[in-house]
Amino acid sequence: MRTLFKTNYDTDIDWFSHPAKLGWYLVLLAAFLALPLYFFWQNDTYLLGEVTSVFIFAIAGLGLMMLTGQTGLASLGHAAFMAIGCYANVLLLNAGVPWLIAFPLAGLIAGALGTFIAMPVMRLHGVYLALATLALSVLMVDFIVLGEDFTGGVAGISVPDISLFGFTVNRYANPYAFYYVVLGVCLITVAFYRNIVRSPTGRSFAAIRDSEISARAMGVDPAKTKALAFFLSCSIAGLAGALFGHNATYVTHETFDIVMSITLLLMIVIGGLGTIHGAFLGAIVVGLIPVIIANARTWLSTSFDITGNIPGIEQAIFAAILIGFILFEPMGLYGRWMKIRTWFDLFPFYRKGLFARQKSYLKTERVQ
Amino acid sequence: MRRLCTCHYDYNIKDFQQFHDEDTYVLDFIQLIVSGIANGCVYGLIALGFVLIYKATEAVNFAQGDFMMLGAFLTVGFANQQFFGLSFWLAVPLAIVVLALISGAFDATVLRRMAGESQVSVVILTIALGFILRFAAGTIWGHEPVSLETPFAGADVRLGGVVLGVDEIATILVTLLLTALLYLFFSKTKLGLAMQAASQNMLAAYYMGVPVKRVQTLVWMLSGAVAAVAGVLFAARGAIDPSAGLLGIKAFAAAAIGGFGSLPGAFVGGLIVGVIEPLAARYGPAGVAQIAPYAILLLVLAFKPGGLFSQTQAKKV
Repeated sequence: MRTLFKTNYDTDIDWFSHPAKLGWYLVLLAAFLALPLYFFWQNDTYLLGEVTSVFIFAIAGLGLMMLTGQTGLASLGHAAFMAIGCYANVLLLNAGVPWLIAFPLAGLIAGALGTFIAMPVMRLHGVYLALATLALSVLMVDFIVLGEDFTGGVAGISVPDISLFGFTVNRYANPYAFYYVVLGVCLITVAFYRNIVRSPTGRSFAAIRDSEISARAMGVDPAKTKALAFFLSCSIAGLAGALFGHNATYVTHETFDIVMSITLLLMIVIGGLGTIHGAFLGAIVVGLIPVIIANARTWLSTSFDITGNIPGIEQAIFAAILIGFILFEPMGLYGRWMKIRTWFDLFPFYRKGLFARQKSYLKTERVQ
Repeated sequence: MRRLCTCHYDYNIKDFQQFHDEDTYVLDFIQLIVSGIANGCVYGLIALGFVLIYKATEAVNFAQGDFMMLGAFLTVGFANQQFFGLSFWLAVPLAIVVLALISGAFDATVLRRMAGESQVSVVILTIALGFILRFAAGTIWGHEPVSLETPFAGADVRLGGVVLGVDEIATILVTLLLTALLYLFFSKTKLGLAMQAASQNMLAAYYMGVPVKRVQTLVWMLSGAVAAVAGVLFAARGAIDPSAGLLGIKAFAAAAIGGFGSLPGAFVGGLIVGVIEPLAARYGPAGVAQIAPYAILLLVLAFKPGGLFSQTQAKKV
């Protein structure tokens, strides 16, 4: 059992609550830094590509997590902001802007546009915001088709290579370099996210999420705070979109569709809302499920001679898992991990009701 | 719009042509409006399903479009020759009952556990349900579009040059009737008031003796029945396939334009979306037709955040 002695107020906002945690994260970092070595030894660039795209999804998940997990605003249209980031990045690169400037700029453009678009709907509550962003996601596809001169429309547009300090990084030509670029962006995003959460800004986000009325009573300006959350969230999503473009090397109007928006939301729910770990765990699940299903399918057809190719089964299984999580583990995979860890921490004093949440009842905001 | 040509002393062919063209132009316009209204009625019916559930449980059912699709497929399954081949008039009530039971069962088994959870989790839950329904329908009835065999297929009525399909008239009448009935149900009957009470303050409704659980399951059944009716009307006017549930997104736009929580609002919102679409496709530049409903939605949300028939207001500190 681990005992924490807090001798200073600042320990509450430390990067790591315990020195041992720092050690574990360093081990994890070392593992990720060394991972390409394993793939290099195995000469398996396919799996490396999968790991890279899991990281990209995790960055996008972090973006949405800032909004939905941290501030409590559900967005069903985050793929639209990813699209803005992706196309902004491509257009800037094609205009001759160096990647090191174009990439962050793409994130800022996505954030600014996202805030601008979301400003009018900021006053809205949960459902309306979800609807407005859903509409946005649908509209974005049409806008990409209509803005054919810039975006390539239905035919699509190819994404230029990353050129970094004189090196050219292409997803296929040098997957190892691309992996490290994505890992770098991922680390910076995580550090940034963690710092936001530790700061008063992050706490005002959480205050808005937990009770807007109490937050207002504590002097938080909901409109400003929500706008800031939208800006940060869309910026991170834009960065993820730009990386997604580099990973896909070719994007069309169908790349960032509504299904992607929904997948992002499902991802962070499965992972665990409001936690950094959640974004990563969710991304791993989203990345792994198609692989597992494909393997199960070949296993079924080889060992039982069932050539079961039912269209849409991936999404159905995904949906069933999701329903299971929402019903039985609303805190997601990270919540489950917390429970397991607490069980070991407190052994043998863990009680069943330790994580039980207060029952709340419905009250409407409608008047009539 | 008729232009009388009195300035010329004799008719020439060109003027006559012009005269004729403007006449068909008006007819064409009316035709577009009528089919737009019929489409809008289907959107309105799906939106009605959302609003029913929202009004009584404060939850938003993102699977309503998929319920509509399922209702259509159930009717197809009962009525079409290649499946059960029952009489149309038997198949429709059967589909309505079955869908109401499915919808009610979903509430009783799954959603009841979600009482007091955030709206967002319910949204995600129903999105997931939509995926499962789409998969189930695709597995049972296949992914090819099928159309419903109705007794009034192809029949039409002529009203002074305007050709109205019987299916269009039926759609409009049924929607009007349902909206009016549900409106009266919510404002006049005891059960309707109990449903509103259950959403306005669940705990207080419990204390007042409202059987909240049963009331909520009932409203889900009601919304399932409405979805089945919408599905029948939709499938009677065109082909249906498992992804038809995505129509629900347009119905969302309709419900939000009207203002969530208002039954007449859902109907009006549906009409607006339904009429705008063909008009934008006919007279607007290419690509505008898809954008129009959502653009209107965003405009309404920006300038009248609660919708046209707003029922929400921000809580004051």
